[in-house]
Amino acid sequence: MADIQKQDALQGVATAGDGAAVLQTPNAATFFNRHQMRIAPIVFITPAMILFSIYVIYPIVNSIWISFHDWDGIVEPYFIGLGNYEELIVWDEAFLTAIWNNVQWLVFFMLAPVIGLALALFLNQTVFGIRLIKSLFFFPFVISQVVVGLVFSWFYDPSFGLLNVALQAIGLDAISPLSNERYVTFAIIAAGLWPQSAYCMILYLTGLNNINPEQIEAGRIDGARSWTMLWNIILPQLRPATFLAIVVTVIGALRSFDLVAIMTNGGPYGSSTVLAFKMVREALFNNRVGYGAAVAVMLFLIMSVYITYFLTRMLRAER
Amino acid sequence: MFPAPIERQGRGAQISYRVAIWVVLFLWLLPLLAVMVTSIRSLTDITQGNYWGWPTDFNMIENYAEVFTRTPMGKYLINSILITLPTAVGAVALATMAGFALAYYRFRFDVAVIPVLAVVLLSVPLQGASGFVIVLVAVAVACGLWWLLSRVKVSATIVLFAMFIAGNFIPFQILMIPVRNLTIATGLYDTVFALIIFHIAFQTGFCTLFMRNFIKGLPYELIEAARMEGANEFELFWYVVMPLMRPALAALSVLIFTFIWNDYFWALVLVQSDNAQPITAGIQALRGQWIGSWNLISAGSIVAALPPVAMFFIMQRHFIAGLTLGGVKG
Repeated sequence: MADIQKQDALQGVATAGDGAAVLQTPNAATFFNRHQMRIAPIVFITPAMILFSIYVIYPIVNSIWISFHDWDGIVEPYFIGLGNYEELIVWDEAFLTAIWNNVQWLVFFMLAPVIGLALALFLNQTVFGIRLIKSLFFFPFVISQVVVGLVFSWFYDPSFGLLNVALQAIGLDAISPLSNERYVTFAIIAAGLWPQSAYCMILYLTGLNNINPEQIEAGRIDGARSWTMLWNIILPQLRPATFLAIVVTVIGALRSFDLVAIMTNGGPYGSSTVLAFKMVREALFNNRVGYGAAVAVMLFLIMSVYITYFLTRMLRAER
Repeated sequence: MFPAPIERQGRGAQISYRVAIWVVLFLWLLPLLAVMVTSIRSLTDITQGNYWGWPTDFNMIENYAEVFTRTPMGKYLINSILITLPTAVGAVALATMAGFALAYYRFRFDVAVIPVLAVVLLSVPLQGASGFVIVLVAVAVACGLWWLLSRVKVSATIVLFAMFIAGNFIPFQILMIPVRNLTIATGLYDTVFALIIFHIAFQTGFCTLFMRNFIKGLPYELIEAARMEGANEFELFWYVVMPLMRPALAALSVLIFTFIWNDYFWALVLVQSDNAQPITAGIQALRGQWIGSWNLISAGSIVAALPPVAMFFIMQRHFIAGLTLGGVKG
């Protein structure tokens, strides 16, 4: 009897019915045993699924719904269809600024994988104390963006910041990057590049560790010079690291909220706003919840193009 | 090894390399070093503009003591710990179970009942009449997707997994308004629980991806052998799989600790008073009170940065393993 029972548990759903016929005395334990291949997965996935549904799936649906309304967050929402989107795209110049700044973030943030690779190549040696040095290089990624923002606001300070001390030392005029509309976005991006490059560096260091040493030796024997070797042998093998570095960098660029909020609060005159920041400003500070939701939906749409690409790539590897 | 090991080159190159790495490191961490030095300066130095010269006084103890006695910094620090630790434990626990389920079982599309039910149960009480519309839309979308997916040859397991992965990359802003409303409606607004529950839910996406990939890499023969021995599925999970998960559990906990400790956005959205604010939001609030007292702001920043840095140093190997394991398999 017990053996048949085990057999059923092994084969799971397919033979559960037959099992019931054989075992004339179904009780709670055997019911569980017979169906455990169906029950167990549901039990394991349910807690995560419920929380995820409540805090991720439901809010997405709800945000899209709110974005069709004129709502200050207090009185009854008023349905205006695509009105918010029309205002955003046709009338709101600040929205265009935000989009343009996001594009700049995306483009210049791509320096992070490059700097990360350069640092990784520089540090991939085995001299005394190199482990400590590598972890010290990684520091900026571990500390909070709030602290990074504070550090850099201070670094850029026009009266005593290190940047201006350095500029004056080489005989240039002092500048104030955070209150200059032309430089402000670049100044914030530069601050963001600091931790992001550290992150990419670690990814590349791990990648370099996993490279097949025989291929490198073969390349050396064939007389490949450093640059050709890097381009033809090393970089192709680093592709997984590069992919991951670009993925996290794009996400970082589109999520850029903390640094903007800490360093400039979107200023001067809204010139450093990004979509993520504009959304919070509209919804929390201007009490235009419906309008803020519309900005969030736009950001979500941009991101979902990218999410789809990433998912298809990832799931293709699964098959 | 690439680039060529420096030992193969001349003595001159070796010495200059050793000097160069320290110089580059110094420049790389200069902004941080400047903050550290400033945090021990006296206010006289600050007002006189002595930011870069030798400090006239070493006020380390005074400054740090002032940060803790004259401001709620200690409270913020405790809040951060109260938020971060339960989140790390909760997210890792949920994700280990979900990751196990996704790695070893095959789901059918009827699991879609769970999210649809959750959305329905939430929408109607929270949104009233318009909630009903949301429900209809959600059910329609779910049915449409279900129909579409049952046509295409995709397994429900993959779709579930994809859902958790996609959750990782979603911009926070699309969640902000409903999560905030939900938190207010449940009376959790401005408590640490608001942050804990939300963070657990959101981090489950990343953690499940991580755990599922790790469990998928374990030898399947072990599971089969345990089933032959008569272990049920829960014993299997607890006695066979869990002991093998230690490195993954460590790696993931450290990562989540750091992510949550450094969170600023949700601290801004879900809490507001000193009783619940974590240190990231707290420091930004103090910045408004301490205009010009850069020595105190710097000391506060160092206090905020220290726990994740310490965590990283203690658990370095796990941390780096976690960062790369989470995604490289893709």
